[in-house]
Amino acid sequence: MASPPSDHPAPADRPVLTVDGLHVTVGHGRTEAVRDVSFTVRRGEALGLVGESGSGKTLTCRSVLGLPAPGVRVSAGRIDLGSTDLTALTGRQWQQVRGSRLGAVFQDPGSYLNPALTVGRQLGEPLRLRLGISRAEARRRAVDLFAAVGLRDPGAVHDRYPHELSGGMLQRVLIAVAVSGDPELLVADEATTALDTVVQAEVLDLLDRLRTERGLALLLVTHDLAVVAEVCDRIVVLYAGQVVEDGPTAEVVTAPAHPYTEALLRVAATGDRRRGLAVIPGRPPEPGTTGPGCRFADRCGYATDACTAGPVPLTPAGDGRLVRCLRAAELALHGAADRDADRAADRPADRPLDRTEVPA
Amino acid sequence: MTLTTDRPAAPPATGRPTEEPLLRIRGLGVSYGTGARVLDGIDLDARAGEILGVIGETGSGKTTLARAVVGLAPVTTGRITVDGTDRTALRGRALREARRAGAVQYMFQDPLRSLDPDLAVRHLIGEPLAVAGIPADVRAERVLTALDLTGLDRALLDRTPGRLSGGQRQRVALARAIVTRPRLLLADEPVSALDASNRNHVLRLLDRLRHELGLAVVVISHDLDSLAGVADRIAVLYRGRLVEQGPAEAVLTRPLHPYSALLAASAPGLDRTRRAGLALLRTPSPAAPADAACVFAHRCPFADADCRELPQPQPRGADRTAACHHAPAWREHLSR
Repeated sequence: MASPPSDHPAPADRPVLTVDGLHVTVGHGRTEAVRDVSFTVRRGEALGLVGESGSGKTLTCRSVLGLPAPGVRVSAGRIDLGSTDLTALTGRQWQQVRGSRLGAVFQDPGSYLNPALTVGRQLGEPLRLRLGISRAEARRRAVDLFAAVGLRDPGAVHDRYPHELSGGMLQRVLIAVAVSGDPELLVADEATTALDTVVQAEVLDLLDRLRTERGLALLLVTHDLAVVAEVCDRIVVLYAGQVVEDGPTAEVVTAPAHPYTEALLRVAATGDRRRGLAVIPGRPPEPGTTGPGCRFADRCGYATDACTAGPVPLTPAGDGRLVRCLRAAELALHGAADRDADRAADRPADRPLDRTEVPA
Repeated sequence: MTLTTDRPAAPPATGRPTEEPLLRIRGLGVSYGTGARVLDGIDLDARAGEILGVIGETGSGKTTLARAVVGLAPVTTGRITVDGTDRTALRGRALREARRAGAVQYMFQDPLRSLDPDLAVRHLIGEPLAVAGIPADVRAERVLTALDLTGLDRALLDRTPGRLSGGQRQRVALARAIVTRPRLLLADEPVSALDASNRNHVLRLLDRLRHELGLAVVVISHDLDSLAGVADRIAVLYRGRLVEQGPAEAVLTRPLHPYSALLAASAPGLDRTRRAGLALLRTPSPAAPADAACVFAHRCPFADADCRELPQPQPRGADRTAACHHAPAWREHLSR
């Protein structure tokens, strides 16, 4: 679909999104829940932001979208979309960025649509206002977009109300809305989590196709490592508000550099049938708790006294990878591909993370 | 920690279920109002000590199936027997008494919405016992036992659901479900809202409890991988029909119904080889008749004129059925 060029397109060599030293506080500044998070997403690249509940992935994502929950504030750092610093935008400026340069889809598509308007109108009206086109032209473009996101019989879908569509169809409608302004960046926050398996796979394929066809940069926020493995080029693993690992998906999942990533891979449903049901011992620290060293140390089977003695920096680990672990160089951690071998050899019990069981 | 002292001995905790099914569903049909059948012709068993996984998309009838077993959905045809008692024949006082006794428990989908937000954990877990008329001192003790069984810290006893994490809430819902020492537990999407570690935690609990309590467990889920980790057998529903059932691993790795195959190939994962055949499985057959009786024909890559006739579940090997005219021959197309 033809569309006007955006005001500040990112040059080819420049990341579409640059998050640099992001700090986010919750509880009106009392508690720091995201600390010094940095990453970039390039044109046509899909980046997965993963972590457990409370890891800061949603806070980071909402900061990128300029949609903080009450009491949440970006306290330091920059978020650049192309050359625009999003943290400096006013409310009015946000309106111009969101929906045109920045699109987003969320977990519960139904709640983002007006139940009293047809879905076609909800897509067409903003197009009409933004582009100054006629109603007929807006309808034509809306139907084209519905077709582009794989909705069957897009003309009929155009005139339906949200309650007449299934969850998967609604998510496709929301994706059509999100890409209607030809954004540079599409943020998907747990966008496929609530969908049925078959529909989830179709929506993931759609996101993948859109990024290829439109050169979209994709930021995928999820707790599901399998989903990230399916579509993302790079993974950023967050733990207790910090980046603990950043690297290309294929390398990270086959040879994780951080023990937390290894633990996530062990519990993830990565498609192997009849696996053991591993759990990660303990719980993540409460937001705001501070210690001098590694925040994962008390749940880590490899931790030594040195790990909690002082700050652990995020350091390069080769091949464009970063890891926040003092022992990264000496540990040979297990990736997803190793697990079958482990099971075949029937030797899971010698692994540090197996020391925990369900409390008896 | 024994919960089996005052009732017949639980089956041996070897994972080998006893032979006579605890839950037996025959010819079950459910419809709401005058509408079409939400469930039709369902035959399904679950044995004590066994976990039966029920999978299907939204609207396939999986929640209705569980609700029918606990008497919350209108059964129009068929019988549901639990431990030899015909639940569908119960009326009025007998039904109320059966419900209060708590031999069959239903764990609702969303604990945040199904648990009373004003009640503390000790009251939430103890409530089914109070309903059953158990004296307060016995109740307190059994609440603690249920708490321990589900791995919950006793420090949580006085918290309300709003002050619990998602995983803790799900375990409170589970403790509440097992406190009456049920024979049959129906868990509706027990892990869909949890992250992977907490999900495995809850699945392991279900796995342990069915051994320790000799429970038959029916786990309803739209997430194949949750079931893969814990279910002994899997039943696949599509538009109110049971299209396939059998041992979990067999159904997931060598499905006999095209819909089960589509499900298995769609699950996200690192192993791309599983996606082989996905494009084919997603492509409906041009030869599918418009008046097909098979519920999957409109999406099926292998549908043809035969599918005008409704396929009945046919035995395919031990403990396995598939309702497809072309099973297992259609599988040959996958390898081409």
